[in-house]
Amino acid sequence: MNKKRAFDVTTLPGFTFIAILSFVLLYAPIATLVIYSFNGGNSVNQWGGFSLQWYVVAFNNQAVQDATVRSLIIALWASVISTTVAMMAALGTTRRGRFKGQTAIYMIINQPLMVPEIVTAVALLIFFSSVKIATGYTGLGYLILAHSAFCVPFAYLPIKARLEGMDTSMETAAADLYATPWQTFRYVTLPLLLPGVIAGAMLAFIISLDNVIITEFVKSAGQDTLPTYMLGQLRRALTPEVNAISTALLALTVLILIAFVFLTKKRE
Amino acid sequence: MKGNGAQRSKGANGWLLSAPALVLLVFAASGPLLIVAVYSVLEKGDYSGVRWILSGDGWFRVLFERDIFDQTVSFADANLSIFWRSVKLSIATTLITFAFGLPTAWFIATRPAKSRAFWLFLITIPFWTNLLIRTFAIMEVIRNEGILNTALINAGLISEPIQILYTDTAVLIGMAYVYLPLMVLPLYAAIDRFDFRLIEAGYDLYASRLQVLRGVILPIIKPGIIAGSILVFIPSLGAYVTPRVLGGGKNMMIGNFIELQFGQGQNWPLGAALSTLLLLVVLVSLLVYTRVSSRDTPHE
Repeated sequence: MNKKRAFDVTTLPGFTFIAILSFVLLYAPIATLVIYSFNGGNSVNQWGGFSLQWYVVAFNNQAVQDATVRSLIIALWASVISTTVAMMAALGTTRRGRFKGQTAIYMIINQPLMVPEIVTAVALLIFFSSVKIATGYTGLGYLILAHSAFCVPFAYLPIKARLEGMDTSMETAAADLYATPWQTFRYVTLPLLLPGVIAGAMLAFIISLDNVIITEFVKSAGQDTLPTYMLGQLRRALTPEVNAISTALLALTVLILIAFVFLTKKRE
Repeated sequence: MKGNGAQRSKGANGWLLSAPALVLLVFAASGPLLIVAVYSVLEKGDYSGVRWILSGDGWFRVLFERDIFDQTVSFADANLSIFWRSVKLSIATTLITFAFGLPTAWFIATRPAKSRAFWLFLITIPFWTNLLIRTFAIMEVIRNEGILNTALINAGLISEPIQILYTDTAVLIGMAYVYLPLMVLPLYAAIDRFDFRLIEAGYDLYASRLQVLRGVILPIIKPGIIAGSILVFIPSLGAYVTPRVLGGGKNMMIGNFIELQFGQGQNWPLGAALSTLLLLVVLVSLLVYTRVSSRDTPHE
């Protein structure tokens, strides 16, 4: 143990206590939720011994299976689409010096971070409901489109951060060796940029997977995703099945985040 | 010289590469917002939707109501109480998250470099965790049969469970819980850049701890405080999931009130007017934020 100074300027009275309290308060409810997902009883509060029965129940529930598959399809498409357009935008707006209208591009790209989700949800409800009537198409396309749009800023930020930390000399060298712009991108820029791209895609995936409000407003009948299914379940008698679904989603999120941290850490 | 031409092609390339993202966002995010503004000045349809006739009724009904029989105009008390609750709960949420967030951010920023990443990660996990799951977790804790009431009863402090769920308090607890990471992260970013020798200097000049906090620390981390407050206040004001789950049907906030107009209420112009109003309030707060923060940085 290092000797503690008689008077440490970095500590303020009570701060450490409140900080620890904050961490406890942040994690205690989540921990309870996770623990009760392994409950053998029927209640979300009364402990009836350890059991995996609610995971089995959730897994065998057709509605949960359908919602899971739908959530994953939407999240995969949304992360692929948003990451692709975000990468192009990041290449267009970084490391080229400032150009006219750049601020406007930033504002449009980051717009989903600023506008309250309920307002976007209502706007898409109005817009898509008339498109649905006009075209007769009621498939998952609307959800994929809406998710792709609000995922763009989340995919854009890590890619932009990676690009800004990258040296341009490799690309200059490639260009000097008569590589075409496409070859330079494909064999020099993209491999260097890849950790940022994967990180962006992962964030977009999480954001899409977690979305409730916009999905709730845009979905057609019978298009529940996992979160909107759970929201619907909350009106009924609660069973630990919801805890089991939540825990599974939580585990997926934590796994992706850990992978994200490792991907972005390597930069130094 | 080719400077100007290169400059122009730089811009053209930038726009060209950004085009797919912009088209996607304008089509499925920004553009529809304009439709909302248009719908707010149209006449209500017979069943749902709108008729394409210009009407101020949507905006009128944001604040007023007209008696069905004698057409007298009065304030719509129900609406006003919903607005008041939204503003009140959002301000309270911001204050509570600040009270917990400042010490937490301070704690993380003063950890040794090695463990700092770990503490920061602990804040990031809830930040990225599904909002619904976190709201649901809080619900399990504060419900009548939940662990909080059970613990209090077992400790002999109360004999009957306290009804917290489906009250404003429940919504407040839920929002503070859900948005705390949004306060901690910008505060951490501000404190992390802080030069702790300034505090030492303050103490050397015989300042008390409170004086150091007020005179040295708070002014320097002010941009972080403003950013955190905006980041918490805006989603609180537009909250939908947390008040729906924890407030039950009665304790509505603006977000739920908007949804009602597109669901059972079947008054799309009113819903559109409320959405536009919410959007304007958010844009004004963002504008104030950029003004204040850009005024703060160059000076001092």
